[in-house]
Amino acid sequence: MSLKGKRILIAKPGLDGHDVGAKIITLALRDAGADVIYTGLRKSPDYIARVAADEDVDAVGLSILSGSHHTLLAQTLDELAKLGAANIGVFIGGTIAPQDTQALLEMGALGVFTSEMSLNDTLSALEAALS
Amino acid sequence: MTTETKPEPAPAFTPSGIEVPVLVTPEMLGNPDPGLPGQMPYTRGIFANGFRGRRWTMRQYSGFGSAEESNERYRFLLDQGQTGLSVALDLPTQCGYDPVDIVASAEVGKVGVSLSNLAEMEVLLDGIDLGAISTSFTINSTAAIIFAMYLAAADNAGVPRASLSGTIQNDILKEYVARGTWIFPVKPSMRLIADSIVYANQESPRFNPISIAGAHVRDAGCTAAEEIGYTLANGLAYVNELLARGVDIDSFARRLSFFFYVHMDLFEEVAKFRAARRIWARLLQERYDAKDPRSLLFRFGVVCGGSSLTAAQPLNNVVRVGTETMAAVLGGAQSIFTSAYDEAFQIPTEQSAELALRTQQIISHESGIADTVDPLGGSYYVEYLTDRMEDKILRVMQEIDDYGGVVKAIEEGYIQMRIVERARERKRQVDAGQRIVVGVNRYQRDEEHAGFGEVFRQDPDNRRRIIAKYEAIRDRRDNVRTEKALKALASAAIHDDVNLMPLLVECCHAYATVGEMVGELKRHWGEFQEPPLRA
Repeated sequence: MSLKGKRILIAKPGLDGHDVGAKIITLALRDAGADVIYTGLRKSPDYIARVAADEDVDAVGLSILSGSHHTLLAQTLDELAKLGAANIGVFIGGTIAPQDTQALLEMGALGVFTSEMSLNDTLSALEAALS
Repeated sequence: MTTETKPEPAPAFTPSGIEVPVLVTPEMLGNPDPGLPGQMPYTRGIFANGFRGRRWTMRQYSGFGSAEESNERYRFLLDQGQTGLSVALDLPTQCGYDPVDIVASAEVGKVGVSLSNLAEMEVLLDGIDLGAISTSFTINSTAAIIFAMYLAAADNAGVPRASLSGTIQNDILKEYVARGTWIFPVKPSMRLIADSIVYANQESPRFNPISIAGAHVRDAGCTAAEEIGYTLANGLAYVNELLARGVDIDSFARRLSFFFYVHMDLFEEVAKFRAARRIWARLLQERYDAKDPRSLLFRFGVVCGGSSLTAAQPLNNVVRVGTETMAAVLGGAQSIFTSAYDEAFQIPTEQSAELALRTQQIISHESGIADTVDPLGGSYYVEYLTDRMEDKILRVMQEIDDYGGVVKAIEEGYIQMRIVERARERKRQVDAGQRIVVGVNRYQRDEEHAGFGEVFRQDPDNRRRIIAKYEAIRDRRDNVRTEKALKALASAAIHDDVNLMPLLVECCHAYATVGEMVGELKRHWGEFQEPPLRA
């Protein structure tokens, strides 16, 4: 599998401080050949969208374990659209109740990846979504 | 006759990497006599009578939405036989933002209750006798503020401060590493913690002003040995901070308490607690020259569940939590929180929260495992594991010392890096099927989320109502008194030798909000800068 040449921003929106998942996916994407930027904690959707647009990334991954995924996804998509960067896909990882996945996909998420998926499956799905 | 041709079983290791022999025999033990409970080195427990003297506190972590909703859940849990409260606060309160703050907009009342000022605290505790119930708050960077608010609530309810019991987590060091609700840099944060410990000793001597927590680094990925090693290292950093103020070790050491996760390897978890008691008692006696025997007692609460729980086939988690609860009891925990089976993906429903509490009630009253002290004491395997766990923990502590101490290791992102390494290793093992997680990489079912229960839904109108209450209190309060209290806090913040606690209590009495108090301190102290990701 290769994500070579893909530029990806991994972001922690909101106040949630659980960052191990975001760090693991950052390192796994890097190992798979992608150029990855990790924002660190507590970034606003508007900041995340600006970095994504400035860095001209192919996709943004939001790591959310606080249950606020609906709101934070909507706000991030909104901010990207405001910057004319709606072409940048947004995927989500973290603690997502199984019953919420469909709604997030319908809102426009590129994919929803939880910690119980294998890293290989996650990377393959991303590769498919970005090709 | 064919026994000699049978292949040797493959080597096995505990999750901390201790080799597990097929059979442990007495000659594999160092000192086969673990001593007696209630005596140095306390391997077998801190009390001579174990749970025959006093059962552990059943303390379910709970709180969500508004103070009114959480109060209702607390009364329900107390009616069901819970014996202590454990307050979960929302992220804005934990990170020092008021509910109106734009950065808080997505998270008001989400993972805990919103508690922006004294009026909310009074609603939260309405009808609960603060002199009779012990209350624990999972709060760290704003712990001194929430503690001040609790004292103010007790004052207003006419409950003497000296009768209060409970715990504030108040452990900032592990927030920088794993949980992420830091605000201020390390130095002023350590000052706030020392201020609150000194003040609690004077004002509310039965209240634990700190609960040094390994739970979060463990849940983030490190091993049981690292969980204890990092936590004891943090504990010693707080001890050193207080000693540097010239405070006598025996005046505060007995009020230090600890908090850990229990995961699934039952005997390793038991060994972890037995080894930790022994190491702590020896450190306090030998390195710190503590004279009061109470200073040597390693008292801890636990949470069972966390990242050992799965979203796949969630009812399986009931069995996991039951196993972990047995490990906690056999390890001699002072308080236990059993996670609900749906906690891997949502705030528990009333039904799942009740089942979690029943799990520990069944173990307490039906299993008989709490009826004699340290029933595993003298077990060849458990004593073998305890000795090896002690070695491993001491090596972790040495590694931190060699790096230059825990504060440096945290500020430079060293421990954070170790945790990510461990978490990746664990993920690789699970992905490769080397570590079996039932329902995730073995015995999966095609239909998704088999056994999935009731769905918890928050009231979508919560944020609006919480903000309305917040604005009302700011209109109603005596703003002259509030301004004066905040100003006094701000001018004391620049002087290291002033204890900020009485000033925070006055701010709370004056209905200053968490965001206002944090704002004053932030102006003087600045904010913590997260180290970059190291790998």
